[in-house]
Amino acid sequence: MQEENNSYKLIPGWGVDANPDDRPNYPMKKWTGDDHKRINWQRPALQQSSVEVLHSNERPSKSAVYGTTVPPTGLSGQIRRYAFRHSEDKYAHWLPLLLADRVNMVEGVIEDISSGHFPNYFKERGFTADWKYNRGAVIQKVVGAACVLLVWYAMSKTKKKKRFI
Amino acid sequence: MKAMNYRGPFRVRVSEKPIPGIQHPEDAIVKVTHSCICGSDLHLYHGLVPDTRVGSTFGHEFVGIVEEIGPEVTELRVGDRVLVPFNIACGKCAFCKQELYGNCHESNPSATAVGGIFGYSHTAGGFDGGQAEYVRVPYANFGPTVIPEGMHVEDALLLTDVVPTGYQAAEMGGIQEGDTVVVFGAGPVGIMAARCAWLFGAARVIIIDHLEYRLDFARKYARCEAYNFRSLEDVVLFLKKTTDWLGADVCIDAVGGDAAGDTMQTITGRKLMLQAGSATALHWAINSVKKGGIISVVGVYGPTDNLVPIGNVVNKGLTIRANQASVKRLLPRLIDHVMAGRLNPREIITHRFPLSEVADAYRIFSAKLDNCIKPVLLPSAD
Repeated sequence: MQEENNSYKLIPGWGVDANPDDRPNYPMKKWTGDDHKRINWQRPALQQSSVEVLHSNERPSKSAVYGTTVPPTGLSGQIRRYAFRHSEDKYAHWLPLLLADRVNMVEGVIEDISSGHFPNYFKERGFTADWKYNRGAVIQKVVGAACVLLVWYAMSKTKKKKRFI
Repeated sequence: MKAMNYRGPFRVRVSEKPIPGIQHPEDAIVKVTHSCICGSDLHLYHGLVPDTRVGSTFGHEFVGIVEEIGPEVTELRVGDRVLVPFNIACGKCAFCKQELYGNCHESNPSATAVGGIFGYSHTAGGFDGGQAEYVRVPYANFGPTVIPEGMHVEDALLLTDVVPTGYQAAEMGGIQEGDTVVVFGAGPVGIMAARCAWLFGAARVIIIDHLEYRLDFARKYARCEAYNFRSLEDVVLFLKKTTDWLGADVCIDAVGGDAAGDTMQTITGRKLMLQAGSATALHWAINSVKKGGIISVVGVYGPTDNLVPIGNVVNKGLTIRANQASVKRLLPRLIDHVMAGRLNPREIITHRFPLSEVADAYRIFSAKLDNCIKPVLLPSAD
């Protein structure tokens, strides 16, 4: 008969929380009855702010506290306002938000340039780290991109020549 | 102040921002000393979380010193060194009263499915995060916890998310003494979940990933078996065979929507974003657990839909438990484990960066360069 290997029991702390009655929260739901009062709990003081905050239409009002960073602006803001007309159940809520994020990315670049700050793509994408730890892959990418550019350039030259014949 | 500034997928930098002020009587302003980059920050960094606005500051794992308090803050004093749970909880709503502090209903106006989280997009409340010199901390009477005397600051830092999330992953698995537990994902949370599974009396812990350096780390730190799914022809079949053809008692998904390992899931979930991330780990968990087994999900997925074999969940009679970690609920027990030496969280930190190198830090963590397990940003090191 094979002897049972119990060496795992020597791991520091093994079994210290094994008793289900002595776990921080067992069973999972600690029922207090408060949820039967529905939303009639005593609310914390409500945060006051003049910043535009979009709130889910699945709740009657804003939560007592909220973030006031980066309020919706521009085209992406318009898209976000549209998205929040739809419940969290709908694609019409989430997909426009993803679209707004991509539009916002372009707005960010425009904003950078218009304020005289040209984004340093290499630095922002962590090129220094890539060059230090992943040089082979970086060189591979650069060579690949150069080849694509060369092929594109050669093809465009050929097309121009054909036009003159 | 200097703060991490998101500019779009895979692009971040450090910018000057105004120091945050008190906006609510229970607010505190915390001067950040240490701030982690979390694996779930990578979902934001990769552009997978809807309503992640350009100009946002990420960071939900941080510790620091209380700089200023609002007029109704009574539980903290200026100068206190605090660890701040990643979830923002009021402590008063019906959900907080059930100790579901990750599900507070008074901290996020933008989505009812998730409570407020620091620096985690407007979908999680639009709060700026702790990858900055200063951060606004709402509900300062409830959330922030004074770091116990004698606790290493980096242990405290990891008690804000990684340790509670890993511990709750194991707890939700309902592990019985003698159980076999499989953890999918050898990132910081997966490694911590594997380590914590022993505390609940597991007899066998297996971790699955595809990065050898992480599997090596998990073997040593979590003292578990570790397997590379790229070297297994069929990970589910392997797990069945190694568990007497029955399946594991408990499976933990500690990966979420960034999972690799299945081409179809990767294309539809991560590349085309036709589902809310790649559900490969959850798929494997459902198919690897025994009949009547429990699946615990702490991996982060987006808010829309995912392709998972729900029919197998029904036919096998599985229980799926999932939640954001209820950090404040777990802290007393976890502080005890750390102080007693049963858990050594700071051993998983492999990289420390000044805040000015935040773009490199994200790149290294995201691309898994230089054997990175857990990076920490030091805003005061600049």
